[in-house]
Amino acid sequence: MGRTKKMVKEELANRPDNTAFTQQRLPAWQPMLSAGIVIPGFVIIGLAFIGIGVALFVTSQSIQLLELDYTGVEQTSPCFKCSDPNAKNCMCELTFSTDTLFKGPVFFYYGLSNYFQNYRSYGVSKDDDQLSGNLDNFKSPSDTCAPYEYDRNNKPFVPCGAVANSLFNDTFKLYQIVNGAKKVVPLDGKGISWWTDYNIKYRNPAVTPLKNAFNGTVKPLYWSKPAYELDPSDPANNGFINQDFLVWMRRAALPDFRKLYRRITDGDYAEGLPAGNYSLQIAYNYPVLSFEGRKKVVFSNVSWMGGKNEFLGIAYLVIGSLCVVMSVVMLIVYAKFKFPEEE
Amino acid sequence: MLRRRLNRLLGGDERRVDSRTIYVGHRSCSATEAFIPPKFCDNRIVSSKYTVWNFLPKNLFEQFRRIANFYFLIIFLVQVIVDTPTSPVTSGLPLFFVITVTAIKQGYEDWLRHKADNEVNKYLVTVLEDGGRIQKESEKIKVGDVVEVEEDETFPCDLILLQSSRDDDTCFVTTASLDGESNHKTHYTVPDTEKDLESLNATIECEQPQPDLYKFVGRMHIYKNDQEPTVRSLGPENLLLKGATLKNTQKICGVAVYTGMETKMALNYQGKSQKRSAVEKSINAFLLVYLCILVSKALVCTTLKYVWQSKPGQDEPWYNEKTQREKETNLYLKMFTDFLSFMVLFNFIIPVSMYVTVEMQKFLGSFFITWDKDFFDPEIKEGALVNTSDLNEELGQVEYVFTDKTGTLTQNNMEFIECCIDGFQYKYRDASSELDGFCVTDGPVSKLQQKAGREKEELFLRALCLCHTVQVKESAEQGQGQRDGLIDEVDGLGVDGEVVHPLQEQRGFIASSPDEVALVKGAMRYGFTFLGLESKTMKILNRNNDVEMYELLHVLNFDPVRRRMSVIVRSKSGDTLLFCKGADSSIFPRVRREEVERIRMHVERNATEGYRTLCVAYKILSAEEYAQADAGLREARLALQDREEKLMTVYNQVETGMSLIGATAVEDRLQEEAAETMEALQGAGMKVWVLTGDKMETAKSTCYACRLFQRNTELLELTVRTLEDGGRRREERLHDLLLEYHKKAVQDAPPVKAGVTRSWSSAGQDYGFIIDGATLSMVLNSSSESNSNRYKNLFLQICQNCTSVLCCRMAPLQKAQIVKMVKNSKGSPITLSIGDGANDVSMILEAHVGIGIKGKEGRQAVRNSDYAIPKLKHLKKLLLAHGHLYYVRIAHLVQYFFYKNLCFILPQFLYQFFCGYSQQPLYDAAYLTMYNICFTSMPILAYSLLEQHICMEVLLDNATLYREIAKNAMLRWGPFLYWTLLGVFHGLLFFFGVRFLFSNPALQDNGQVFGNWSYGTIVFTVLVFTVTLKLALDTRHWTWINHFVIWGSLAFYVFFSFFWGGIIWPFLRQQRLYFVFANMLSSVSAWLVIILLILLSLLPEILLVVFRKPRGPHARQIAAVTPLSYKHLKERE
Repeated sequence: MGRTKKMVKEELANRPDNTAFTQQRLPAWQPMLSAGIVIPGFVIIGLAFIGIGVALFVTSQSIQLLELDYTGVEQTSPCFKCSDPNAKNCMCELTFSTDTLFKGPVFFYYGLSNYFQNYRSYGVSKDDDQLSGNLDNFKSPSDTCAPYEYDRNNKPFVPCGAVANSLFNDTFKLYQIVNGAKKVVPLDGKGISWWTDYNIKYRNPAVTPLKNAFNGTVKPLYWSKPAYELDPSDPANNGFINQDFLVWMRRAALPDFRKLYRRITDGDYAEGLPAGNYSLQIAYNYPVLSFEGRKKVVFSNVSWMGGKNEFLGIAYLVIGSLCVVMSVVMLIVYAKFKFPEEE
Repeated sequence: MLRRRLNRLLGGDERRVDSRTIYVGHRSCSATEAFIPPKFCDNRIVSSKYTVWNFLPKNLFEQFRRIANFYFLIIFLVQVIVDTPTSPVTSGLPLFFVITVTAIKQGYEDWLRHKADNEVNKYLVTVLEDGGRIQKESEKIKVGDVVEVEEDETFPCDLILLQSSRDDDTCFVTTASLDGESNHKTHYTVPDTEKDLESLNATIECEQPQPDLYKFVGRMHIYKNDQEPTVRSLGPENLLLKGATLKNTQKICGVAVYTGMETKMALNYQGKSQKRSAVEKSINAFLLVYLCILVSKALVCTTLKYVWQSKPGQDEPWYNEKTQREKETNLYLKMFTDFLSFMVLFNFIIPVSMYVTVEMQKFLGSFFITWDKDFFDPEIKEGALVNTSDLNEELGQVEYVFTDKTGTLTQNNMEFIECCIDGFQYKYRDASSELDGFCVTDGPVSKLQQKAGREKEELFLRALCLCHTVQVKESAEQGQGQRDGLIDEVDGLGVDGEVVHPLQEQRGFIASSPDEVALVKGAMRYGFTFLGLESKTMKILNRNNDVEMYELLHVLNFDPVRRRMSVIVRSKSGDTLLFCKGADSSIFPRVRREEVERIRMHVERNATEGYRTLCVAYKILSAEEYAQADAGLREARLALQDREEKLMTVYNQVETGMSLIGATAVEDRLQEEAAETMEALQGAGMKVWVLTGDKMETAKSTCYACRLFQRNTELLELTVRTLEDGGRRREERLHDLLLEYHKKAVQDAPPVKAGVTRSWSSAGQDYGFIIDGATLSMVLNSSSESNSNRYKNLFLQICQNCTSVLCCRMAPLQKAQIVKMVKNSKGSPITLSIGDGANDVSMILEAHVGIGIKGKEGRQAVRNSDYAIPKLKHLKKLLLAHGHLYYVRIAHLVQYFFYKNLCFILPQFLYQFFCGYSQQPLYDAAYLTMYNICFTSMPILAYSLLEQHICMEVLLDNATLYREIAKNAMLRWGPFLYWTLLGVFHGLLFFFGVRFLFSNPALQDNGQVFGNWSYGTIVFTVLVFTVTLKLALDTRHWTWINHFVIWGSLAFYVFFSFFWGGIIWPFLRQQRLYFVFANMLSSVSAWLVIILLILLSLLPEILLVVFRKPRGPHARQIAAVTPLSYKHLKERE
């Protein structure tokens, strides 16, 4: 008996397990893309896409947009005089008018073109540790910042690197011309950068006053003011958490880009810019002609989908209709040949 | 080694090179000569490759010898040295991962080997030394030590058997662990050695170690009291191999001749040559294409970069000045480093993980073959065996099947059917009829009165009883009797000649060939029982229940060249008799002419019925003749060199002038479902060739039985017989016949449509081709070189147009020759060889896929095969189901891998046009690294293990489905182009879709703008989802694992992105992705563009699936059967 038992055991040991997995018989769902599923599916998807597309298109159409180029290449341009690289502290003024109410809140962007913020060596040229307030990196910035690491006297630039160095430094003032008099349109510079950038990612060193932290360092080459004096009006908007600085530090994806400058949310203009004449006073500092760049300002309002973008709406409409058309074609094909798997 | 070479150089004693001298017990042979112990390697078995110290360098070296690993190492080094866009971590981490995993795997395997080695090396062994018995660790055994081994122990090294506890100076061993043969083999002590090993003074001279398990030559000089030393020959029957186990014998003593790494077992553990599958070749071709794409991308980018920079203002805008070092670098060096940087940036297009995934797929996938319970054979209690997992997919690509006949198509389970004595036919009717009822059939030849004389009958039966090498399996207790045949523990009691129990039917016989057992059993039925061989005496129980004794003088062993074997015995009356049995072709020329005709008729008739026939002959040797033969045999056996040839000559001299007594017919039944299997294989478009050493008639009848030849098949014969028909010279006749057949089968045949989807049952004549070994060698080795090539081509063309080909009378080497010829013919078709015996090994090794059958002819074929299955019928499932599925799986895996990496890297390439060719990566480093390791690797692995696009039953029922994947159908340039275009399409879509969205980067409802990392993350999200969903679309077989892995890796991607972007990572220099993903999800536009792009990418795919489906001829059938869902399966269980 013992023998037979041993034998049975041996046999069991050798015999492969009879489980669904080992026998490749796991229960499985075997979907078949038959016309019965695909045609209604296409119709539904198509209709849904057309719906979304219409909504997107309508929304996009309702967004108002005003673009003004102020590079000053053309001689007629009011900023032509400032385009001369030798001009210092040049101011120019752009006037425009709106026929209808520019619905608020209005967002005020500046745009640059042919400007490669996404250039690799440019992009790596910063020191995140320094920008998060690490004082060690004030003394010796990361070597990624080169050649904007030390000045001729071997003093470190703070903030170091090409990105910070090239901070956009044109400033704008907007006036409404009411009866020939200029009325200041208040510009709101808060909340133009990502919340996490302002509150977590970028930090000033915990030194008060902030100026002391910058002892032994120099301001970047192209800056007119040191980092701790970027915004004299608001001490919380200085150093590395200056909103304009934060916006600039988030590199644009493409060489033609726009960045948020201000929002118009306060006072008489909370509802938007009323119809009328406006004057935009520009402190023209930022050189772009050397690399054939352009500068512009953009006024726009936004919707749930963000700024004006017709691509999405049109794409959705096209794909939606394509789906519907395809389902009709399929229906015709299938009706004609009556494929048998239509249960 | 060095010493040997030195010896040869100095013209030293040549024989020291070819043979070694061993002093038994380390005793010097003569007093005059000083005893210098010769140096041999110790008995340590080292199967491990590494030690603790050399593991790291050696393993790394081995791994980086692989071209792929080396490529990635180079990329990594470039990243370390040159200032490149991505950190070295991105390519270093995956490489490190791959190398580590492989190293761990190999290290573990090596550790296991170390453990096994230690177990063997530290095993305690008894050694007789200086009159005492000492326990020694096995590794300390030296050549010349006398070792004692007890029952059921394995031999610690190769020993020459000196002394056995059995009376008859034999011992039994099993070599199960060496070649899988579990039967007991008898080994003999060296004759006439002293019983007292202490005083034995002898040297052994034997050949240097060689791996052949079944060959050994040597001689022993025994010195006795200053007499002339006596010389004894040593053969494989005296050699006990390391690894074999002592059975049925209490203990033995032997002297170590080969130790450690020089034992035959160790010499046999060298790996076989690696076979590479066609899929691997495709992969390499695709890799080359992708490498070209990679290089051209890098070249294009480098060129454009410098073109672009030559425009004023672009090279060095004020906001991005160059460092001093950059300014000083030589322009060409800069170009070169830029080129390298681009290479690094795009190198992900050739994924390091593909190799890992492919290897994992193969390794894990092969388990399904071992696990398949359909391959389990209850008889031998074993399932399928996978020796290599590299060839799984090749099973789905087989075009030619070369099969052995005996043991493969047929069962090799021999049954004695009838015999013919002196021209009279005797058929054994029924086992239940009285034992000595020598039934005579009512066949056409013999009638009841027309029996051969009793004399002749008995002579014939005695011949059957004596002329063999069968051993009797001793039953433990003869008295108790009824113990069944399962008992495998047999003690050493010899059979007492006097006590005979009527249990002969249950008597077990052990023999190297099942034919012999069948013959002995056949003789037993007719009243002559072989009782066994004991101290050179064969005992036979005759019809009158008397025991006859014969002294066994010589055995002239069987070999495939002679195709016969003989024994020389001396009867009690003192007559010396030679009995010989063998194939008709080898016996007929050696007997008297007039006897042949009467028997030839029977033999041929039996052969056409599919029986195996043997002829039996005998001769009485006169005293002088015997003396001459005896001397010749002894001399030949002692020869150290060319022993085989010398023996053969003597054998041929002795086996002449015999007289024919009769012939036997043994039936070898077809394997289970042999015919169905062959039919299925042919239905699947495979050409089946039968290669056998058997006679043409027998083989032909088997072919008919297997339905390889049908009734209406026209047979084209090219054999010695057809060549001799015309009465002209053979060469001319061969020429004519070849041309004639070629005209018939090739030129006049209806033109075959190009491509593989030729219906095999199409109208037109089926041809079968038959060729034999002699003719084949004429075809292959024709006298003139030009003819030879021409004949070969004609022959191949004829064969390729025949449904089946039968090659009979083949020597093992010829089998391999044929396989090689077909393998290298036009279109290099994939070949498969299947066989069970040692004679099939050469063709198994030669073919692309070698399959061994775990048959009765030992385990040689199994050991050398790539896959082993218990029965022929399993081949059908192995090829049609497993092979088909594996091929589809791996083909899809390969294509998908290239596709997903193309659409991964293409956006990054396109991005260069928008970032001033500055090598700015589009994706974050973490994404670059993880894409292939985590986000997209598991679904494809699960797919490649579990996919069943058509369920197994349907595959088995419709053999023609196999044709759809023939000729590497899924990895040809067509499908590759399709996948590549798909990848390009997706890549373009991903990039430009997001590009248009970013024409206004203010994508959030609070007016804030997105930057470059958001751009990359959106593209990457679309990419991961599309690529995974594309696989989901292709998956036809959704088990829970697929669901888990596909949805799981998408969920993991989302989770990981949140996690990666949710924390300020202290070890990162730049917190690029901080909150990028979360911010992206807060934008409705990003959501909408992601959905849009995913759908748009998959839309053409869906349309294609819907429109293409109804076209295939089997679609309906499959559709009707496939929706086997949970419900169906539950119902079935």
